[in-house]
Amino acid sequence: MPPSPDDSERARRFREAALPCLDDVYTLARYLLRNPADAEDAVQECYLRALKHFDTYRGPAMKPWLFAILRNVCHAEFARRAVAPVKALDDAPEAVEQAPIWQEIAETPEGAVLRERNASAIQRMIETLAEPFRETFVLREINNLSYREIAEAAGVPVGTVMSRLARARAMLRAAWLAQEEPQ
Amino acid sequence: MMTCDEAEILIHALADGELDAGHAREVEAHVANCPRCASEFAAINEMKRALAGTDLIYKAPAALRQRIEAELPPAQPSNVTPLAGAPSRRSLLKGFAIGSAVSALAATGLVAIVLRNDDQQRIEAEIVSAHLRSLQAGHLTDVVSTDQHTVKPWFNGKLDVAPPVIDLTAQGFTLVGGRLDYVDARAIGAVVYRRRQHVINLFVAQTSSTERRAAKLDTLQGFNIRSWRDRGLSYWAVSDINVEELNEFGERFERAMGGSS
Ligand SMILES: [Zn+2]
Repeated sequence: MPPSPDDSERARRFREAALPCLDDVYTLARYLLRNPADAEDAVQECYLRALKHFDTYRGPAMKPWLFAILRNVCHAEFARRAVAPVKALDDAPEAVEQAPIWQEIAETPEGAVLRERNASAIQRMIETLAEPFRETFVLREINNLSYREIAEAAGVPVGTVMSRLARARAMLRAAWLAQEEPQ
Repeated sequence: MMTCDEAEILIHALADGELDAGHAREVEAHVANCPRCASEFAAINEMKRALAGTDLIYKAPAALRQRIEAELPPAQPSNVTPLAGAPSRRSLLKGFAIGSAVSALAATGLVAIVLRNDDQQRIEAEIVSAHLRSLQAGHLTDVVSTDQHTVKPWFNGKLDVAPPVIDLTAQGFTLVGGRLDYVDARAIGAVVYRRRQHVINLFVAQTSSTERRAAKLDTLQGFNIRSWRDRGLSYWAVSDINVEELNEFGERFERAMGGSS
C-alpha cells in the first residue's frame, strides 16, 4: 500500500529535522556506551522512537530532544547490562565508572601545561570520566549544546549542569596531566 | 563582591560564553583580582583550545544512516507544494487530535537568570510551539477585533510594554486580534493576522537592548519565521505562508512603524 500523503509529509519533515543530527546523536551514543555496535543499535532505536513521537514534538530544539530520547535508550541498555554482568564491555570495565583514581580535584598542579594529544587519546580519556560528568562534558564540548539545552536533554536544573561540567573538567585535566608523567 | 566559591563555577560559564553581560563583567573583575581563580580560568581556556583543535566527533556509519532511512515512509515526489517545509493545515490539525500536549521536555521550566538570553534557536523553537498551540480551536485570540484601537488597549496592564498594533488590512494582512502567550517562561504579546486562510502570529517581547537588528528569515519545523529588533522590542512573525509573503508582511509592518513615530 502506498503511504498516505500525510504519512509521507510527516516523514519528510522528520527526515529534514532529525537526520542532519545523526552524527551528533551517534557521537553522544559512542561516548555514553563506549562501544560502536551498541551505539549503532541505540541510535537506530532512538530514531525509531523519535519518529513514533514526532507528532507530539513541539520543540524545544531538535538536537536536545533527540539526545533526551537517546539517553533513555542508553539508560535502558545500562540497566540491562547491570542485570547481565556476563557481557563485558570491550575496553572499559564498569569498575572505572565507580571509582576513577583521579577523583581528587585538588591534585591538579597549578600552572601545568597540557601536552597536545591526538584525537583518539583524548576520546579515550573522556570515555574514562565517570557518569554523569562524561555526559555533561560531551554535550557541552563536543555536541556544542548550551547549558539550557543540556539541562533540557538531561532533565536536570542548569545549576547541576554547571557543577557537573566544572567537575568533569577538573577530572579530565587531572587525567590529562597524569598521563604525561614520564614512564 | 563575588566570592571564590561563586566564581569557581561561574568562570566555566564565562569561558563558555554563557553569562549575560552584567555577570560576565562581575566574574571578569573577580578573575582580574584573584590569582587562584585567574589560574583556574586560564586552565579552562587552555583545555577548551586543545579540544577545539581536535576532531572528537564520531561520524555515523553509512550503513546506520541507510538502516534509519529504510524505516521511514518513502517521500512522495512533490510538485504541489513549491515551498519546502510548509505543512498543510490539515496535517497540523490532525496532529493535534492525537496529542496536543506540549512535550514533557518543554515543561521542565528552566530559569537561570545568570545565563545570557539570546539563545536564538531555542527561543524560535518556543515561538513555533506557541504558534502551534494558538492554532488549536479556541486558542487563537483573547481579544477579537479588526480594530487596532480595540486590540492595543487590551494589552495595556497585561504586559510591561504593550505591543504595537498596526492595521495592515489594506495591504492584504487582516488584523484578527490579540493574545497573551508565554515564551521562555515569560508573558509575551501576540498580535494575530490572517492572510487568506493562513494565520500569522506576530510575537512581541521587550528586550534589554535598544540596538536595531535587521530582519532574519528562518524555517523551523516547516514554519517560516521573520525576526527583527527595533526600539527595544523583539519581533517574531511566524506562519506557514511562504517566505516571500511573510517577508512582505514584516516589511509592511516595519514601514508602518517607521511612519507612525
Ligand atoms: Zn577567586
